[in-house]
Amino acid sequence: MIHRIPSGTRDVLPDEMRELRAITDALRGVFERHGYGEVYTPTIEYESVLRRGDGGVQPAYRVVDDHGDVLALRADMTVPIARVVATRYQAAEPPLRFCYVAHAYRQVTPHRGQMREFLQAGIELVGAPGAAGTAEALTVLCHALDAVGLRGYRVGLGDAALYPALLSGLGVDEEHRERLLQELATKDFVGLEREVRELDLAGRDAELLVRVPQLRGGSDVLEAPPGPVADALRGLRDVLDLLEGSVAEHVIFDLGLARGLGYYTGAVFDVYDPALGEPLGGGGRYDDLLGRFGRALPAVGFAIGVDRLHAALAGEGR
Amino acid sequence: MNRFGLTFAVPRGALLDETLDALERIGVDAGEVRSNDRRLLFGDVGIVTMRPSDVPTYVEAGAADVGIVGKDVLMEQRERQVFELLDLGYGGCTMVLATVAGEPDPAAEALRRLGVMRVATKYPRLAARWLENTGRQAEIVEVKGSVELAPLTGLVEAIVDLTATGTTLRENGLVVREEILTSTARLIANPVAHKLKATAIDEVVEGLRGVEGPRGG
Repeated sequence: MIHRIPSGTRDVLPDEMRELRAITDALRGVFERHGYGEVYTPTIEYESVLRRGDGGVQPAYRVVDDHGDVLALRADMTVPIARVVATRYQAAEPPLRFCYVAHAYRQVTPHRGQMREFLQAGIELVGAPGAAGTAEALTVLCHALDAVGLRGYRVGLGDAALYPALLSGLGVDEEHRERLLQELATKDFVGLEREVRELDLAGRDAELLVRVPQLRGGSDVLEAPPGPVADALRGLRDVLDLLEGSVAEHVIFDLGLARGLGYYTGAVFDVYDPALGEPLGGGGRYDDLLGRFGRALPAVGFAIGVDRLHAALAGEGR
Repeated sequence: MNRFGLTFAVPRGALLDETLDALERIGVDAGEVRSNDRRLLFGDVGIVTMRPSDVPTYVEAGAADVGIVGKDVLMEQRERQVFELLDLGYGGCTMVLATVAGEPDPAAEALRRLGVMRVATKYPRLAARWLENTGRQAEIVEVKGSVELAPLTGLVEAIVDLTATGTTLRENGLVVREEILTSTARLIANPVAHKLKATAIDEVVEGLRGVEGPRGG
C-alpha cells in the first residue's frame, strides 16, 4: 500500500542516514572546536516575530492556533537566532558564537525538485564586526568542508553593498537603480547591458556598470582604479589578508555576487563545488538584522545545505 | 573536448545551423554535429544537442556548462537559475497573439460577450502572464502540435505563438493582432560553471560577441 508524502519532503532510510550523520558529526565537531555552541529553537514560531527579519525569506507555511495567533514554520535559522540573542542574551558580552544543525522550510515551485523541508548546518557569529568577523566565519566554513572531505570546493566572496555603492557614486536615480538591481538579481547580463545603455552615462562609467558585476576569479579582480569600486574592494582585500593560506586557497572573488536574502549588508559568499550545478551553501554579513530585534550588534553567518553537501561529496567520489 | 573545456548545450531545430556557425567561428569543431542528425552527444568536441526547450534544464543542472537558447524559451521558463550572458543576435522572431482574419476580432468579441477568451499556445506561462498584465481574462489551452489548427477548429479564439516571417499564420488565414515580444538566441551559463570556469566562459562570450548580429531586446 502506497501512502503519499508532500512533494519536497522525503524519508531518510538507514544507509543514507549513516552517511548524513557522518557529515553532520564532522561539521558539529569543527563548529564546537571553534567555540560555537549548538542551539536548537522551535520549528514553529509566531509569524510576527519571524517577519521582523524583514527582507529575508518569508515563512511559507502558517497555521492559526487556538488563540487566533498566526504561527509559521521557520524559513532559516538566522532569524530565530537573532531572536534568541535579543531575548536570552540581552546583557551577554559579545562576541557570541552559535551553531545549528536544523531543518528549515520554504515554499517550492512545482516540478522543480525543490525541497520544502531541508537540513541546514551553520554558524552565527554575533558582535564581531568587519573583516575580522568575516574572516573567522570563512575559516570555520572551510575547516568544516575540509573535515567532511570535500576537495574541489571554492568559496565565492563578494560584497552586497558594492553594486549599490557604485550606482550611488554614479548618481543613478532610484527608478533605474531598481531596474539594474533587478537585472542583476535575475542574472540577466543582456538586460543589464540594455538598461545601462538607457542611462545617460559617460562611456567609461557605463562600461564599469556592465563589467564590474561580471568580474570574478583570483585576487587580481581586486585591482580597481580609485572610486567606489576600489573602496568596496578594500573591504574584501582586508578579509583576504586575514585568512590563513589553506583557507585563502579556496576563496575566489565574485563582484557580481548578490545573494537573494535582503538582510545582507556587506561581505557575502556562496560555496561552489564542480560536482554540483548549484551552490551548496552560503552566507554573509547582516549588520542590521539584530537591531530589528532590539540588540544592535553586527553579525555574520553561513548555512550549508546538508543534502547538497552530501550530493557534492558523492559527485566528487565518482 | 573543445579548446575551452566547456560542454555546450546546442538546440536542434531553427537555431541549429547558425549556432554551429557561431561555434565554429570561435574554434569549436561542429562538423560532426552537422553531418549526423541522429547522434545526440558529441563528447569529443564538448557538444550535446537537444530539443530547444530542454537547453535551460541541462544548463541549470550543470549537465552542460553553457547553452544557446531562444529568449522565448527563457521567458517561458523564467524560474530557471541560469546566467544570461549574451544576445547572439540571430534567430530573430516575434511572439504574437493571432486570431482568424476579419472583423470583428473573434478574441475581442469573446472577451466582450463571454468575459473570457480562450487561447491556445505552447507557451502557457508566457501567454497567461501577457493576458494578465494587459488586464484580460483568458483560458489557456496548452497544445503540443501545430497551434494554428486550434482557432480554425473552434477550440479557441486566439493563439499565442512564435513567428519569424508570418507565412504559416497567413497560409492558415490568421492575422497578428498583438506583438508580445521579440526573441533572439542567447548564450546562457550554469551558475557554478560561471564562477569556477570563469576564464573559459569569458573567452566564449568575447569570441561570440564578435559574431553577433544587431542587438535585440
